[in-house]
Amino acid sequence: MGTAVSIVDVVKRFGALTALAGVSLEIAEGEFFGLLGPNGAGKTTLISCLAGLVRPDSGTLSVLGRDVGRDYREARRLLGVVPQELVFDPFFSVRETLRIQSGYFGLRHNDDWIDEILHNLDLTGKAAVNMRRLSGGMKRRVLVAQALVHKPPVIVLDEPTAGVDVELRQGLWQFIRRLNGEGHTVILTTHYLEEAEALCGRIALMKQGGVIALDTTANLMAAHPGGSLEDVFVQAMNR
Amino acid sequence: MISFWTLFYKELLRFWKVSFQTIAAPVLTALLYLLIFGHVLDEHVRVLGIRYTAFLVPGLVMMQVLQNAFANSSSSLIQSKVTGSIVFVLLPPISYGAFFAAYVLAAAARGLMVGLGVLVVTAWFAPLQIEAPLWILAFALCGGAVMGALGVIAGIWAEKFDQLAAFQNFLIMPLTMLSGVFYSIHSLPEFWQRVSHYNPVFYMIDGFRYGFFGVSDVAPQNSLAVVVASFVAVSSLTLWLLKRGWKLRA
Repeated sequence: MGTAVSIVDVVKRFGALTALAGVSLEIAEGEFFGLLGPNGAGKTTLISCLAGLVRPDSGTLSVLGRDVGRDYREARRLLGVVPQELVFDPFFSVRETLRIQSGYFGLRHNDDWIDEILHNLDLTGKAAVNMRRLSGGMKRRVLVAQALVHKPPVIVLDEPTAGVDVELRQGLWQFIRRLNGEGHTVILTTHYLEEAEALCGRIALMKQGGVIALDTTANLMAAHPGGSLEDVFVQAMNR
Repeated sequence: MISFWTLFYKELLRFWKVSFQTIAAPVLTALLYLLIFGHVLDEHVRVLGIRYTAFLVPGLVMMQVLQNAFANSSSSLIQSKVTGSIVFVLLPPISYGAFFAAYVLAAAARGLMVGLGVLVVTAWFAPLQIEAPLWILAFALCGGAVMGALGVIAGIWAEKFDQLAAFQNFLIMPLTMLSGVFYSIHSLPEFWQRVSHYNPVFYMIDGFRYGFFGVSDVAPQNSLAVVVASFVAVSSLTLWLLKRGWKLRA
């Protein structure tokens, strides 16, 4: 199995703050990978570097062999990112938003796939509704839909279930699991450790801009027989 | 190319959905200028041998073309930045050239639509005279594109709405209001005539007005050369900033 994401010795500083202190990671194609850590650990900065929103001071990142700096257009085509912030364009309806996002990725006549995403995220009834009129949970679903419009082989979900109800979480994970089963690589950051425990095959724990633990979920859990991922997390952070 | 067309279409749709504010309002503003200045001065003033109201119309049209082209790209970008929705155009594989072209062309399109609206409503007050339509089109397109590109720079530079307002009120407004919209620069003292020649917007207004009356302060080919040079300079700077990801990619 090939490498979906390669991150080699990435450093990023914002003034005096070192957000990423030489992070290296390899994520294989088809993995469901968890990126966990407290606020300020560097997870979102790392994802932003991968998405080309933040330029690292040094180090390299690639998506399916495409360097995110040099081959930025190819790398972005292979990546779908659900941003952490609840952002939306207030001028458009849900369907317009998804059609426009498809066009940005060079796709016309994408309505069949858009309909399927809307169905799977329980948004079909909201397709004609303006984004401003949606609840927070509904807007979050649209963000997920936007990240998936171009069927990216690598999907990055940055806290996708923050502030959403249990029903959506279950529906979302069912859909993401299906995509993962079809071969899409999934990278997840979340503060809901039980979600990571249930979904991720491998987990990296981040603290202060560095990776402090990286192993399969089973191996990490084995260090705490009878315990939960939360126990692993707390111990790693207090080390 | 699909990503360019989509971004262009999205920018058109954005201002079209709020056309009462983005098209009707500036047309009304121009009409008020015409009613007030035309009423006060029409009986007393002739400029370049033309009745004042007729002289004023092309200036008002071009002023609105320029101000609205600037407003379109700058307000779209600052709004996307403040709300965070700018990520939707930063995450996809849109080249910086396509990004630039889409914002600038949409800005010019809004400027032209507003300009056409002003021309239509002011036709009631002064008979429309067109001597050289190609000059009109050339100056409107190039002028709108210069201001659209300047709007991209301002929209990327500004982090808050008040910074953008400062750019608009302290740079764009004085440049357009002091460019000969309301007067011929020959009516100014010599010092201010010379100062006016350093204002690129003066050439846009003067050349545009030439298309209507066949008379101008400066030969239209010279004015067009200045406007095209301004476009090349502003576009080069904008493209360079976009390529570097200035203020867009940390």
